[in-house]
Amino acid sequence: MTLTLNATEDPTVLDENGNRIPVGAALVSPDAESATPKLWLQNLSLKYKTTGGERMLALDSIDLKVRAGEFLCIVGPSGCGKSTLLFLIAGLHEPTSGAVLMDGKKVIHTGTDRIMIFQEHGLFPWLTVEENVEFGLKMKGVEKKLRRERVREYLNLVHLGKFQKSYIHQLSGGMKQRVAIARALATEPDVLLMDEPFAALDAQTRDLLHDELERIWAETGRTIIFVTHNVREAVRLGDRVAVLTFRPGRLKREYLIDLSRPRHLEDTAVAGTARDILGDLREEINKSLAVEYQQ
Amino acid sequence: MKPIARQVIFYGVIFGLWSLICKLHIWPPYVLPAPWAIVGALWAGFQDHSFPIAILASMRRMLIGYGISVVLGTFLGIVLASNRFFEQTVSGLLVSLQSLPSICWLPLAVLWFGLSENAILFVIVMGSLLSVTISMETGRKQMPKIYSMAGRNLGARKWNLFYHVLLPASMPYIVTGLKQGWAFAWRSLFAGEMIYVTLGLGQQLNAGRDLNDMNLVIAVMILIIAIGTTVDRLLFRTIEKRLQMKWGLLSAT
Repeated sequence: MTLTLNATEDPTVLDENGNRIPVGAALVSPDAESATPKLWLQNLSLKYKTTGGERMLALDSIDLKVRAGEFLCIVGPSGCGKSTLLFLIAGLHEPTSGAVLMDGKKVIHTGTDRIMIFQEHGLFPWLTVEENVEFGLKMKGVEKKLRRERVREYLNLVHLGKFQKSYIHQLSGGMKQRVAIARALATEPDVLLMDEPFAALDAQTRDLLHDELERIWAETGRTIIFVTHNVREAVRLGDRVAVLTFRPGRLKREYLIDLSRPRHLEDTAVAGTARDILGDLREEINKSLAVEYQQ
Repeated sequence: MKPIARQVIFYGVIFGLWSLICKLHIWPPYVLPAPWAIVGALWAGFQDHSFPIAILASMRRMLIGYGISVVLGTFLGIVLASNRFFEQTVSGLLVSLQSLPSICWLPLAVLWFGLSENAILFVIVMGSLLSVTISMETGRKQMPKIYSMAGRNLGARKWNLFYHVLLPASMPYIVTGLKQGWAFAWRSLFAGEMIYVTLGLGQQLNAGRDLNDMNLVIAVMILIIAIGTTVDRLLFRTIEKRLQMKWGLLSAT
């Protein structure tokens, strides 16, 4: 480890005792460090009022840089605020303090350069598959002919070219998520924000979609931030895995995953890395369970 | 057996029993008129154009009154759903007001508007406005949040968000509200038309009573049922069905 890194730019994180620990120094090359990160979460905190009127700290000083084209996975126990983090990046929520910088510019509103894919897919049941994919383009004011072309292109990319006239309820769970991916990609965003998109799917469908997502990522070169509670999935997909703590969500540790692609869930290397990360996460999961039992 | 065949048998039996009882002369015809006498009254009404004129007059009122309800109700519902204060105050009041049958607005309408067209319209509006408003409000509130988030995320703002996301997302509730509003307006219409002598089906009903003409009374009742059912089946059921098919709320059979 011969890199000398500027203290403020150093990708260190606070551990649970508040000590700064250097992590994944090897993952940040001097090149990446000098370039503006695609996305920079600067000291991001979020407090919100619970129904009881109490102010709760959901996210605490999250500082994270994501380089262009990176596949970053975020894992954490349920209730750690990992979905909330995506909402902040998407501009659907506002942070209490800190900022989200995209290409060095502060994110204020929602924007089609950052598109979210939800666990419950969020497709519009009153529109056909084609109209769903077209939606973002229509809002952007793209002319009809170009819209049609793009819709066809992205539906083909997710292998759903034949289903453009179908309604959403006619599709299986996996197909719905693929439409959601096509809808997100159609606006040609720089960043895809994926909030446990495959959590509700059966294992076979999920495996298939992992392959597809990896392929699409390679073909389109998008930056992806992928939130999941499934560590194996995170290791299977990510270039880097960030672990969040339970309430408040802090960055606990980052892991660089430099396993060769394509990967598979069953790979021993994937399983081994996942086991290491899970050991780290276990603590947080236990904390979350303790809170659950108290209630 | 096909449903239509069952219905033919069902109505055939009713018609037969009714005819039989009339043949037995248990009650005088001004209490229980024979079915063919009512068919005769219906025929006569259409022959001398009194029914078509009455239907047109009633439908005109209905469209105006219901139209006002829909426009006003939509507006009110949206305002109520988007404002915490109104939601906690006005909404409760509206629900209480809904327990008041529309015919109870009649004395008030007469005192405010006199024996006039406006009094009738007022009764229709009061009868249907609340259900339109309430379901519009419910629709806006019950709509899953994910739709508006997905919409905003994909770049829809303000008018676009409302028109392309919020409105269609609450459509199942809105259609229910419009349908219910129509049914309530239809009921209120005839209460209103009995206020004073004017054209319309309600007035025909009153005329039947005044002339001791039971055939006319039942003929008009049948007309009111027939028109009400037709509108419900042809208009609202069709819209509902299409919506349910699209949304997958109904398995395509």
